[in-house]
Amino acid sequence: MTAAPPLLEVRNLRVEFPSRRGTLVALHDVSFSIAPGEILGVVGESGAGKSMTGAAIIRLLEPPGRIAGGQILLEGRRIDNLSQDEMRRIRGRRIGAIFQDPLTTLNPLYTVGRQLTETMQTHLDLSGSEARARAIGWLEMVGIPAAAQRIDSYPHEFSGGMRQRVVIALALCAEPRLVVADEPTTALDVSIQAQVIALLKRLAREKNTSMMLVTHDMGVIAETADRVAVMYAGRVVEIGPVREVVKHPHHPYSIGLMNSIPPLDHRVERLAQIDGAMPRLNAVPPGCPYNPRCPKVFDRCIVERPDLLDAGSTRAACWLYDPAEPPHV
Amino acid sequence: MFAFVLSRLLQAVPVMLVVALISFAMFAYVGDPVSIMLGQDFTEAQRDALVRDLGLDQPFFVQFARFVGNAIQGEFGLSYRLSRPVAELIAERAPATLELASCAAAIALFVGVPMGVFTGLYRQSWLSRFFLTFSLIGVSLPTFLIGILLILIFSVWLGWLPSFGRGDTVQIGSWSTGFLTGSGLKALVLPAITLGLFQLTLIMRLVRAEMLEVLRTDYIKFARARGLADRSVNFGHALKNTLVPVITIAGLQFGSIIAFAIVTETVFQWPGMGLLFIQSVGAADIPVMAAYLLLIALVFVTINLVVDLLYYAVDPRLRADRGASARGT
Repeated sequence: MTAAPPLLEVRNLRVEFPSRRGTLVALHDVSFSIAPGEILGVVGESGAGKSMTGAAIIRLLEPPGRIAGGQILLEGRRIDNLSQDEMRRIRGRRIGAIFQDPLTTLNPLYTVGRQLTETMQTHLDLSGSEARARAIGWLEMVGIPAAAQRIDSYPHEFSGGMRQRVVIALALCAEPRLVVADEPTTALDVSIQAQVIALLKRLAREKNTSMMLVTHDMGVIAETADRVAVMYAGRVVEIGPVREVVKHPHHPYSIGLMNSIPPLDHRVERLAQIDGAMPRLNAVPPGCPYNPRCPKVFDRCIVERPDLLDAGSTRAACWLYDPAEPPHV
Repeated sequence: MFAFVLSRLLQAVPVMLVVALISFAMFAYVGDPVSIMLGQDFTEAQRDALVRDLGLDQPFFVQFARFVGNAIQGEFGLSYRLSRPVAELIAERAPATLELASCAAAIALFVGVPMGVFTGLYRQSWLSRFFLTFSLIGVSLPTFLIGILLILIFSVWLGWLPSFGRGDTVQIGSWSTGFLTGSGLKALVLPAITLGLFQLTLIMRLVRAEMLEVLRTDYIKFARARGLADRSVNFGHALKNTLVPVITIAGLQFGSIIAFAIVTETVFQWPGMGLLFIQSVGAADIPVMAAYLLLIALVFVTINLVVDLLYYAVDPRLRADRGASARGT
């Protein structure tokens, strides 16, 4: 990995949801960093805490969710303790966001041009005509044909794929250093997905923008990300370079996840799957949260929770990689 | 656009005809105008002459066609009670009702909408809870009771405001206005509040419910993720999206305010059309009742048309179906 100081650093992030029947802990000790220009993929099952990590970074957690511990640093400065107003100035300007469903992300009553210029004029010192010229430039950059005419169109006049391109332009138009993309292709047709991912990747490279790419699509990750973090039950269970995590995963959960991707080159009788389901937030077992489903579980896993440990090419939260542990088979 | 207005106007024609038929039927089935006009002593020949003069010996449809023809020209005959042309009576009373109704509607809108936005945004604050409790009172107390209570407090106990009548009015052309004199304005306060209170609470609760709905949407979350100012998100993006249902209800309510000013006008002895109608009902003054019925139907039809046109102004998606062809390029 690069020696450059990270653009974003998340340290021991803990997110809680106070409820009538006690506090639910949605994120436990989540730590990772993103280098300038790097694309970090975040994968895991639904409910693993991927999207919530993204929401916590831009501080748009659904109430009553709150950050209960840990730190979030952007370019070395803490942003988790900023006031709402200071945080508002960071959103859009320093950290952009892309949401899952382009059909619902755009305000139906405003033209795309107005939404773009409004965003730019909030953050950048631009006159109306400058903002409009830039808005047209952005629409061209994300591949909207006849951008100069389409700028005064309303969202409903665009197809889903085109709308997601507009969303990407909106996320990037104030030139943030980091983009949190939450399942940016999940709601799109498969044929459009590849285009949108290629566009995101190209723009991130051109603008040297870092990206946190949340998805459950391993194909997207393999194609796009530099590094990948695997999440399970509100924890990062493995993190490392994308090739290593995909080809040689170490955590038993990552291994199960990669095995469940159906192979293309030969037919299989039965798709591999991980038995059981991820525990609900109020029923996470003691010790390693994966222990009820883990094929390699042993005594220690049931009582003690592992932190991320060096597992060779990646880091994995699994006692198998504790040097003090005798080799298990 | 023109075609839309035209088609709406054509749709309004059968509605108005049905109402005209009901109005007309009152003449035929409620009381006997001939015996009312002849009084106690008459000969059979006098009676037949009058029936012929009034055209009552003609077939039903001929009579109805003549009624409609006259109504279009604003000709509703003479009031039985006051022996003056009905059109003149109504024209005399209309300014009082319209001024009262517009003040009530203005109070309902300009107080109700901000209160609705506030209670939607700050659900937990004690002021919101107070507004909601207050609105329950507004919704559940009958209008006449509110009027009487206001008279008791502000006229009888405090002696600040007059308890009945319109105060001094100024004649501008054929329009008599109470807006230009101190006593006219003072006299307007209590009836306008009484008439507007129910609509105010209704609009407030509607705006609140719509705001809660809209604030949960992805596009509001995305607007926040772009770092837009709270004011712009709440009052621009969110409020504008609540407008379509609010316009519908506010429009219909404005119709009701005019139509059902009857109770308020009676409580405050307000010399408007409602009071005229109540007095006419008491005297079985059918020409006035028929004309009033037609007028109110016309008000509702007009308001519906205006509401439909406002939809078009607010929501670009409604323009979509014709947008493709109208756009041309």
